[in-house]
Amino acid sequence: MTVFSVLRTPAVRDSVGIGVAVGAAGLAFGTTAVTAGLSPAQAVFTSLFAFTGASQFALVGVVAGGGSLVAGVLGALMLGARNTLYGLRLADLLGWRGPRRVVAAHGVIDETTAVTLAQPDRATARLAFITSYSVLGTFWVLTTLVGASATDQVHDIDALGLDAVGPAVFLGLLWPRLREGGPRAWLVSGLGAGLALATTPFLPPGVPVLLSACAACVALLRPAPSSSAVVADMDAEGADDSEGAGR
Amino acid sequence: MTLWIALIATAVGCYLLKYAGLAAPRSVLDNPWVQRFAVAVPLALLAALIAVEALGDGQSLAWDGARMAGLGAAVCALVLRAPFLVVIVVAAVTTAGMRALGWG
Repeated sequence: MTVFSVLRTPAVRDSVGIGVAVGAAGLAFGTTAVTAGLSPAQAVFTSLFAFTGASQFALVGVVAGGGSLVAGVLGALMLGARNTLYGLRLADLLGWRGPRRVVAAHGVIDETTAVTLAQPDRATARLAFITSYSVLGTFWVLTTLVGASATDQVHDIDALGLDAVGPAVFLGLLWPRLREGGPRAWLVSGLGAGLALATTPFLPPGVPVLLSACAACVALLRPAPSSSAVVADMDAEGADDSEGAGR
Repeated sequence: MTLWIALIATAVGCYLLKYAGLAAPRSVLDNPWVQRFAVAVPLALLAALIAVEALGDGQSLAWDGARMAGLGAAVCALVLRAPFLVVIVVAAVTTAGMRALGWG
């Protein structure tokens, strides 16, 4: 296969589309991070090394609220724990060991997992993973820098509506999970939100969000759909993303 | 300085969580409890983050009409299946517009 024909395969096309579309959201992270009080260098460091959107937004959200940093880090790690599940699914498909696995681990996030799991065999899965990881990662870090530097020059954050960016990002991440997850997903989310709001007046900022994870125990009460349904979720998300990116 | 420590701890922790998944024995994934809990925890945390960032103001609750209008607009964009970035821009522009007009 020539380089040109590889670039035209669906695996590469979808990966580039998702990488560019989602990577551009680093603008929102750079903006939110500087609004919260991080320096542009700290914002870029976080995007480069933590490299998992929801956890990054959760941590800077706690920093913005003047909350306990320990609670902020714990919240970020609890959100980051879903990447462990993604890694478990990807391990067999990618089949990398040693140094390659050490490098690949950094790229295990929602979007790279969705694109990779949608591929039929190991060769295209590896191609999709490498493409989406490199494109998304590059865009994510660069747009974080742009967003952070630009926001550093802005003095009236509220006038630009930037305080709505954080919750809107979480809404965008939660939405596909609610759409695919059915009534129980709504129940767990509703309880989580209610628990956090009810305890906000009594606990330091950041802690109510940690406490909301108890709502996830509801999911353990009754037998859940089979594991194939979860994989189907991921595929559906990937298809959605490429559709959005293609517009 | 403490902020740097928190950022480094988050970066290291997030990497180790990812690596643990790639390196762990396959049998962990076959445990249905692990699966269910791992799918449910982000649901609860994301919903809590939305609620607290939209309605919380430090340790008190506050209704900000402009910000809530921005989130309402974001929901509309999501229902219309707008791309992720469009949803975020719609929320910020709506909130900024409401404030510029002196509403909320």
